Amino acid sequence: MAADTRDEPADSGFGQISRTKDVSFRLLALAATLVGIVSLAALLLNVAVDAVGWLDWQFLTNPPHPDPFQAGFLPALVGSVAIMLVIALITFPLGVGAAIYLEEYADDGYLTRFIQLNIANLAGVPSVVYGLLGLGLFVGLFSIGYGTVLAAAFTIALLILPIVIISAQEAIRSVPDSQRQASYGMGATKWQTIRNVVLPRAMPGIMTGTILALGRAIGETAPLIMIAAPTTVFGLPNGPFSKVSAMPLQIYNWASYPQTEFQYGVVAAGVVTLLVVLLTINSIAIVIRNRYQQRT
Amino acid sequence: MSQPDFSHDASRTARGTAFRYLFMLCALLSILTTVAIILTLLIDAVDFFAQVSPAEFLTGTRWSPTNEPIAFGVLPLISGTLVITVGSAMVALPIGLLTAIYLSEYATDRQRSYLKPALEVLAGVPTVVYGYFALVYITPALDTFLPLSTFNGLSASIMVGIMIIPMVSSISEDAMSAVPDSLRQASYGLGATKFTVSTSVVVPAALSGIFSSFILALSRAIGETMIVAIAAGQTPRMVDLTDPAGMFLNSIQPMTSAMVQIGTGDIVGQGEAYKSLFAVGLTLFVITFVMNLISEFVASRYREVYR
Repeated sequence: MAADTRDEPADSGFGQISRTKDVSFRLLALAATLVGIVSLAALLLNVAVDAVGWLDWQFLTNPPHPDPFQAGFLPALVGSVAIMLVIALITFPLGVGAAIYLEEYADDGYLTRFIQLNIANLAGVPSVVYGLLGLGLFVGLFSIGYGTVLAAAFTIALLILPIVIISAQEAIRSVPDSQRQASYGMGATKWQTIRNVVLPRAMPGIMTGTILALGRAIGETAPLIMIAAPTTVFGLPNGPFSKVSAMPLQIYNWASYPQTEFQYGVVAAGVVTLLVVLLTINSIAIVIRNRYQQRT
Repeated sequence: MSQPDFSHDASRTARGTAFRYLFMLCALLSILTTVAIILTLLIDAVDFFAQVSPAEFLTGTRWSPTNEPIAFGVLPLISGTLVITVGSAMVALPIGLLTAIYLSEYATDRQRSYLKPALEVLAGVPTVVYGYFALVYITPALDTFLPLSTFNGLSASIMVGIMIIPMVSSISEDAMSAVPDSLRQASYGLGATKFTVSTSVVVPAALSGIFSSFILALSRAIGETMIVAIAAGQTPRMVDLTDPAGMFLNSIQPMTSAMVQIGTGDIVGQGEAYKSLFAVGLTLFVITFVMNLISEFVASRYREVYR
């Protein structure tokens, strides 16, 4: 930039121009930072206004209905929670186990680096492709059944597993090495050190990461479509092999209805419900993280 | 790797060894997942390519899996994906880069502690919600001054762009924060302003990290499904180079949207349309996988330079 003004004497004029440029660039950068946040806020405000009058007790406790005034969200809500519970049971032990191996046991060899690169890559595989994996593996090969609670949970569990592993690794890595050394110094074995020293210290971080990943799981739609989960279910799931819908699927289905009452009423109520559930899940994660930060 | 590490006193117990292998299995499951993805895609895709030649699939300009005359040319779907990718890149790359510069160079610690989580929220909103936003709020808003179809590439691109802003900004910011302060100080010492330091020193020095974030974000845009399935429409259409704007204003169909359309149809079973799902999925997987790998390798370059 200075090169452009080389011929000018080094007086206040040059300083003025560059200062103006400096200030306007700063404002431009700040504006860019706020673009995404402000537009999301505007959209959320819109949907919240639209949901008023639709999001009521009857909406939360009724099954879906072709009449917008009677349509409800309960089976999708319960379906999402059921799927999420199974996902938590699967991903927590597997994710933490993999993270413990990578951080505590594995040496920095070729295999470890390969696993690490592979996990990073898996985190970037489109969710719709995971849906095809679920379709081929759990519905096709293992015959768990189209759109069942288990098929849905297994599929999405594989999808969020890389995220759980990566965040659990970060939590385990943040445990100071001196504490491990102290444990070894007392004659503890590696497993005793992991169980009594590393895991308790890393647990808040692991919980935070897992809960955030579960929040992502609850919003996933494409994998459920691929394993042929029904977009509308009228009854509650009553076992691992019963067909299940989920909140995002029900929203997707309603969004295709042409009536204004659905587009700007029922769907808005569904979106607000989904976001409130998500917000609750994320706040739990943040509360755990804050408590942990205060203690150290 | 197959031998337990006996040099360490701690892992000498049988129990310790058992746990070691148990945890190793968990880690190896991730490799198994990759293998399973590739196999499930390949097996059905190979079946599909026995019926439809790969040349026809890759060069065909018509996509019509269920309506006569049946055609399985993937190019219209790739066109649609390209439109969304270009459109969302025009939104996310400049905004994401400027955001990263602001966060890394201008923002105070206090501002950063508010702005970063707020930006992360963007990536955390379910994409089905974004798709709904695009369809019922953005399209009608744009429709007041643009000749838009109900389903169009533009709203979907804008929404995908907003969704991927945090991917660009957070990775780019990490790269910029990794630029040593001595470079900035040297530049200030020469009398440079913050603007000059940011654009002529920090950004070039963090370029590999920035590129890596761009590639990763574009890979996300390519694989994004629900926004395009809801808002972009289901009309497979080739890019018309004489009228590129037409792709943004009209209903198009990216690869992922085509997959959802087949997935929600009643053609579950053994037919070619069903198998084409896996051929398109394989194409999508290969494209995003290669992009993620490139991003990973480009990113590892700056880590080596500055850490």
